[in-house]
Amino acid sequence: MANVISLDSILGVGELKAPAEAPPAAASGCASSSCGSSDGPADMAPEVWEKVKNHPCYSEEAHHYFARMHVAVAPACNIQCNYCNRKYDCSNESRPGVVSEKLTPDQALRKILAVAQEIPQLSVIGIAGPGDSLAAGGRNTFKTFEMLQKKAPDLKLCLSTNGLALPDHVDTIANYNIDHVTITINMVDPEIGQHIYPWIFHDHRRWTGLDAAKILHERQMLGLEMLTSRGILVKVNSVMIPGINDEHLMDVNKAVKSRGAFLHNIMPLISDPAHGTHFGLTGQRGPTAQELKALQDQCEGGAKLMRHCRQCRADAVGLLGEDRGSEFTIDRIEAMGEVEYDQEAARTYREHVEGERAGRHAAKAAAQAEVVETVGIEVQPILIAVATKGGERINEHFGHAKEFQIYEVGPKGAKFVGHRRVDQYCEGGSGDADALGSVLSAINDCTAVFVAKIGGCPSQNLKDAGIEPVDRFAFEYIEESALTYFKDYAERLSQGAVNAREGQDAVIRTGAFTARRA
Amino acid sequence: MAYKIKASDCTACGACEAECPNNAISFKKGAYAINADLCTECKGQFSSPQCASVCPADCCVPA
Ligand code: SF4
Ligand code: SF4
Repeated sequence: MANVISLDSILGVGELKAPAEAPPAAASGCASSSCGSSDGPADMAPEVWEKVKNHPCYSEEAHHYFARMHVAVAPACNIQCNYCNRKYDCSNESRPGVVSEKLTPDQALRKILAVAQEIPQLSVIGIAGPGDSLAAGGRNTFKTFEMLQKKAPDLKLCLSTNGLALPDHVDTIANYNIDHVTITINMVDPEIGQHIYPWIFHDHRRWTGLDAAKILHERQMLGLEMLTSRGILVKVNSVMIPGINDEHLMDVNKAVKSRGAFLHNIMPLISDPAHGTHFGLTGQRGPTAQELKALQDQCEGGAKLMRHCRQCRADAVGLLGEDRGSEFTIDRIEAMGEVEYDQEAARTYREHVEGERAGRHAAKAAAQAEVVETVGIEVQPILIAVATKGGERINEHFGHAKEFQIYEVGPKGAKFVGHRRVDQYCEGGSGDADALGSVLSAINDCTAVFVAKIGGCPSQNLKDAGIEPVDRFAFEYIEESALTYFKDYAERLSQGAVNAREGQDAVIRTGAFTARRA
Repeated sequence: MAYKIKASDCTACGACEAECPNNAISFKKGAYAINADLCTECKGQFSSPQCASVCPADCCVPA
């Protein structure tokens, strides 16, 4: 139990700020643009918000407060993708489709109940593979959901699929009250699709080339339409593959929006020869951080984009950005015996978060209004990297950060635009130079890095690299701090005390992500 | 006339088991195996052996 995250440590209970006054009406014009990819009732239909507000993968705000858990009950797949190697299974890997332990539906149920007991933030159970959740008739997937609904009816259920078998299962999905489905759609043009999918298995035979891509495309679109027409929320995932589908993803964005997808998540290709994937072996590269951001920016205004996806493993457990999956092994769960689900603890936590979030909305709006008033509109937005472990606060030590959340802040407000995974700089107490290099290359396009605390040495290295380390907002809220910093930055800029940081790019880290919360 | 699974390449994903029209494939002693007595090579049922068509590791082969 030593690993349980105390709610106080995440939320800073007891030091909650009083909600600030509501912003003057004149300032509300900026709120909508700054909310372009953040959420809240402002830019989402109320019925959609009600469904996603406690879902860490769908709501940017919720991902600070709630935990998700994937159970790996679906190892079989029905298509082959060039970015996936089904033979590969390594506990040092963190990417979709990878898992260490395959579970039976019975084991999955026990694991879920055990995790719910230790992590009250748990709000979502997903089945994402490691194969396709609907391949092999979706039997394990639906069996797991059936048992779970009886035991823990308040947990939300979701599943991910490549869409090939989706049209056959829409009725079952509706019957099990699964209100979120993720479809991975990498193309809406089979000419492009044939370079991503070497084959599919459909209608009792293997299809290859253009035929395969055409069938897959048609089934994906049909499944998407069937789901949205039934009011089931659909998120679309796309893998950005430079030179193959990067620009095409703007068409994908339009196509899925017109069919009712409520979120579009563009993820970078994870490619490494060591993974043994087709793309890994052919040397196909993934996008850089700025390429990814540029595409996401271009798609803004189309289907709502999601930028906080961590491309979790198919057996990930915990708050986004952390994976406690390895704490809950089959052996350990078997040893726990019968575990009952405590609906009361989960409800108390959710109520607490409701209160906290209401105050947050007001405070953010007020801080934004102030920046709009004092900073001229011509100042270019900057990127800020933030070390956080949740609760929307700057509450992580620089050396302990396993990822940095990236905020773009400008005259129009602050918004979350992504996250960057890094090697922990300080593992076992002492800083290590290689890890620092990985941090620098991951946040090289940022003007500042916000931390709860930072040592003198890495601090100097950051300054040398042109990134300002900032610890004066320790344990404060991220967005308000970013806005305060930006006000100050704009002033220094006008006095010529700092130079704008332009033309930098950063590297997307694709390797192991196994560090656990100590 | 039957298929077999090359155990060294098998990922134990179970895709073949779900597709076999004759329930010839099962998970026994930690590995998937084809019961040669039940396997028909899918003749008269499908145009290709189902297990071989779905297997991601291409390890369902003629015995
Ligand atoms: S060849 Fe056909 S009958 Fe034989 S094991 Fe494979 S799927 Fe079953
Ligand atoms: S489909 Fe292939 S890899 Fe999967 S269990 Fe069957 S033989 Fe093994």
